[in-house]
Amino acid sequence: MKKTLTTPIKDEDLESLNVGDVVYLTGTLVTCRDVAHRRLIELGRELPVNLEGGAIFHAGPIVRQKEDGEYEMVSIGPTTSMRMEKFEKEFIRRTGVKLIVGKGGMGPETQEGCAENKAVHAIFPGGCAVLAATKVEKIEAAEWTDLGMPETLWVNRVKEFGPLIISIDTKGNNLIEENKKVFNDKKKPILERINQQVRFIK
Amino acid sequence: MQQQEAVLDRDAAVAELTNLMAKFTAYIGKRLPTDVQHKLGELREKEVNFLAKEVYESMRQNQDAADKLDRPSCQDTGVIQYFVTAGAKFPLLGELEDILLGATQGATKDGPLRHNAVETFVEKNTGTNTGSKIPWLDWEIVPQDDSVIIDVYMAGGGCTLPGASKVLMPGQGYEGVAEFVFDVVTSRGVNACPPLLVGVGVSTSAETAARLSKKAILRPVTSRHSNDNAALMEELLADGLNELGLGPQGLTGNASVMGVNIESSARHPSTIGVAVSTGCWAHRRGRIKINADMTWEVISHRGFKL
Repeated sequence: MKKTLTTPIKDEDLESLNVGDVVYLTGTLVTCRDVAHRRLIELGRELPVNLEGGAIFHAGPIVRQKEDGEYEMVSIGPTTSMRMEKFEKEFIRRTGVKLIVGKGGMGPETQEGCAENKAVHAIFPGGCAVLAATKVEKIEAAEWTDLGMPETLWVNRVKEFGPLIISIDTKGNNLIEENKKVFNDKKKPILERINQQVRFIK
Repeated sequence: MQQQEAVLDRDAAVAELTNLMAKFTAYIGKRLPTDVQHKLGELREKEVNFLAKEVYESMRQNQDAADKLDRPSCQDTGVIQYFVTAGAKFPLLGELEDILLGATQGATKDGPLRHNAVETFVEKNTGTNTGSKIPWLDWEIVPQDDSVIIDVYMAGGGCTLPGASKVLMPGQGYEGVAEFVFDVVTSRGVNACPPLLVGVGVSTSAETAARLSKKAILRPVTSRHSNDNAALMEELLADGLNELGLGPQGLTGNASVMGVNIESSARHPSTIGVAVSTGCWAHRRGRIKINADMTWEVISHRGFKL
């Protein structure tokens, strides 16, 4: 059975989620990436969108403006979440955002922010941007358009947007960081074996 | 009069080729090359991990939707790069730079492609995917030939970020090359949308290795280096990286890579230049050959039509 989160998301919606769970999102999903994070945290500007109980998407989409002036979502996949690591803990605290969707993992600061403020980070499969666009019903607003197409805050109404794979839960677990440890532990013996066979300089 | 006609013919040929390259550039952002499609199909079928299977299924659905809706399969359509292998006698050799600039502008509108050219130091998005030295052109001239082969490549930020280059001391040997490749893939590969196509340049200095590492991922996924030792190393690296089990999106799984391709040159006796470039699973590259009479043939994809 599909588990679906609906905005506004409450703390209790997230408490039972564990890393590796697959969920979907219905409601509002706002794109928010590098410069928007910088503007709020470093430049002290107020975000033009209320994110209390909301969901953000680390993404820079391709959007087409139709003849009637309406925006159409063409292609919207996740971008590397780790770029926002520097800002995310403070971002979560200041905005009250509950769901952060992106690509790859995030670090210990975000992990802390998620545990302290009851929020989660989830992975949407990278590169699957048309699949994602088909889950966007409407672009309801565009804010900070001066940042250009990728960095604008696109406010999307989405239906069963996913799959979203929980990578940081509210209990301090971090799926990708745990996976990375496994990859690193495996590395040494593999390299030792390879290195015996590539001694081409004799 | 004859001269005027020749100019008109030339202008018509330039317009025709610009249109062809614009269409081809937009096309490769929507459909993966045949070799990559096959490889991904193979990896999807072999996969057993639950989350990995879920992601492979999303990838499949996405490529179907992109094809059906005629949209860029990934939103990050990259900074456009053209790798030109030009016959010195190709009639429009001198016009190619302008043709490819026009093609990028055309593809940006028709694709549509995301606006991805940020003018450095000015720090403004140009909104056209063109800017100083962008689209990026790489040239190789073939002395006696009159045709041109153009590789179009669009890489998103995610799989561009791991790119790295370094000069090793000979004492570090090819062992140092293997370690460098593993370090790059384990530290930054997860965010680059695995399963990756890993390109390795083994050469004399930082920039020669870097260029070769990019040329390496323009080669077909299953191709092999012509030197036996290099081919062995490609295989050892691919098997070894797969043993790490990154899986799609780093969620663990059977494979980490679609393949490892090495390109090499001779080197200074005191140095080993090594570089890594990574291509994501949505490895959007296309190869087209254009003949002197402007007939053409797409080598990388089946089914491209003007």
